[in-house]
Amino acid sequence: MSESTATGITAIAQHTSGVEIVLDQVVKVYPGQQAPAVEDFSMTVAPGELVMFVGPSGCGKTTTMKMINRIIEPSSGSISIGGRDVLSLDPNELRRHIGYVIQQIGLFPHMTIAENIATVPKLLGWSKPRIAERVDELLETVQLDPGTFANRYPKQLSGGQQQRVGVARALAADPPVMLMDEPFGATDPITREKLQAEFLRLQESIGKTIIFVTHDFDEAIRLGDRIAVLSDRSRIEQFDTPANILAEPANDYVASFIGHGAALKRLALVPVVEATLGAAVGTSGAPTIELAGNLRDALDVLVLTGLPAVDVVDEHGRAVGSLSVDRISAVLGAELPGRTAGSRAGAR
Amino acid sequence: MTVTTETQAIGATRAAEAPARPRFFTWRRFTTPIVVVVVLALLLLWVSTLQLDSIEQRTLNWGYITLRVGEHLSLTVVASALVAVLAIPTGILLAKTRSATVRNVILAIANIGQATPAVGVVILLAILWQTGYTTALVALVVYAFLPVLRNTMIGIQQVDANVRESARGMGMTPNQVLTRIEVPLAVPVILAGLRTALVFCVGVATIATFINAGGLGDMIVNGLKLQRYPVLVVGAVLVACIALLIDWIAGFAEDLLKPKGI
Repeated sequence: MSESTATGITAIAQHTSGVEIVLDQVVKVYPGQQAPAVEDFSMTVAPGELVMFVGPSGCGKTTTMKMINRIIEPSSGSISIGGRDVLSLDPNELRRHIGYVIQQIGLFPHMTIAENIATVPKLLGWSKPRIAERVDELLETVQLDPGTFANRYPKQLSGGQQQRVGVARALAADPPVMLMDEPFGATDPITREKLQAEFLRLQESIGKTIIFVTHDFDEAIRLGDRIAVLSDRSRIEQFDTPANILAEPANDYVASFIGHGAALKRLALVPVVEATLGAAVGTSGAPTIELAGNLRDALDVLVLTGLPAVDVVDEHGRAVGSLSVDRISAVLGAELPGRTAGSRAGAR
Repeated sequence: MTVTTETQAIGATRAAEAPARPRFFTWRRFTTPIVVVVVLALLLLWVSTLQLDSIEQRTLNWGYITLRVGEHLSLTVVASALVAVLAIPTGILLAKTRSATVRNVILAIANIGQATPAVGVVILLAILWQTGYTTALVALVVYAFLPVLRNTMIGIQQVDANVRESARGMGMTPNQVLTRIEVPLAVPVILAGLRTALVFCVGVATIATFINAGGLGDMIVNGLKLQRYPVLVVGAVLVACIALLIDWIAGFAEDLLKPKGI
């Protein structure tokens, strides 16, 4: 390995919280195919940002993601992580510093959960006590009891538990960057929602730069800091925050992807505090909504109770105001001012 | 090949999620050796009631039988060991080669070795080369090569593509993927191939007698030629018992060597 390669890896490895990822005019053409699978893809992902790639099957979103850790080699263009050119690094070394989770999880069936999680630390030559400590810590992080699970085999775990192990394994060496390919796609809706919530909480504390591929737009809205809506050949139709995409889809393609109920989806993203509250009603016994909740929950309560307004309470249970349907609608209206130039910056 | 599901015992409460590991020492596991012992005891009893003539006495004595059994076992075990040493690496290389031509050519050659009648292989080799133990050994290796080669190849190729991709994605080099992931996961299939090869060898080693390489085939052929049925029967029953025992030991080894968790 050349010296520059070694320093490149070290530069990436030094970070444990997110670094910037820059893709510049990346192209992938498979041999024997005329049309490129990925055409001229450029994107900058900020440190600690969770970017969702959304698009239909076969649009090239997975291909694009896999070029970042060079599971698939780009045909042309450049990719850098933390300012280091990925294509000049040794791919195996590089991958040890990029967390990787795939939909089918791919746990090693002949290794225990602990051994699975220890894979990358072992490749990096960590000491045994350090690895053992790290494995326990990670199992706790993903809410699996180390005493119960460390020595089990993957087959003995449920799908949701396996997926958690998959995430723990990807986090093992504390990489600055994570690539996730529909990691919750194969789980049932209830487990998926639970995993998503846990994942969001986790990301809040670890702040990795994450590229997350999904075909589920609701998942993208729920998790993403920004969403890239991709069409054929991995073309970026819109690259913006979930709220902006919902409020102002760039074109019919994006609108069709959002599907029905865009307003409801937006409400889920708006915390109650953003609404202008009316005077507290103070109906005793009526359900209330917490300040920390979102407007969709508030609307849910209104629809369910049939009351004209629902009281908003603070963390001590004191009523601080009320919300009505009108006031909720006003929030959406207020968010509608003309789109900024930035909202289409990523689109080509 | 039977694939028994085997997992570690993890307590009854989780039984629905993963079946508890079957008990290792069960009556069923010891059926084969018990049957073999009973059959051998009956054989001994039967022979001891017979009036043996001089020809039979020359064959049916402990010294002669031990020698032939020794020769037979030696042929079988050495041939199988050679097959393991030669066919497993070849199988791994074949599984990894990108050239379909190379794969097909080697598989075709191995197929020919297997498809030719064993007697044909042994005798052809003896005519072309020489008679004796080494020739018998080579013939056995040629004959038992295919099952191990094919199983090694299939064992490696059937490793879940997702497992392979996640191994690569975590930064394992191709060699590490092979030695840490693919080969361990292929072990059950490879062992099944070896077990087949061992049992093949026990049977085919009886033919070694035709090229003067000893083994229990001597007893069977002599018994036939000289019309001394006790000799024939003892030889045949011994071969069958050895085959059963070797298959049993190989099955035992399979369960022990198979990686846990799969």
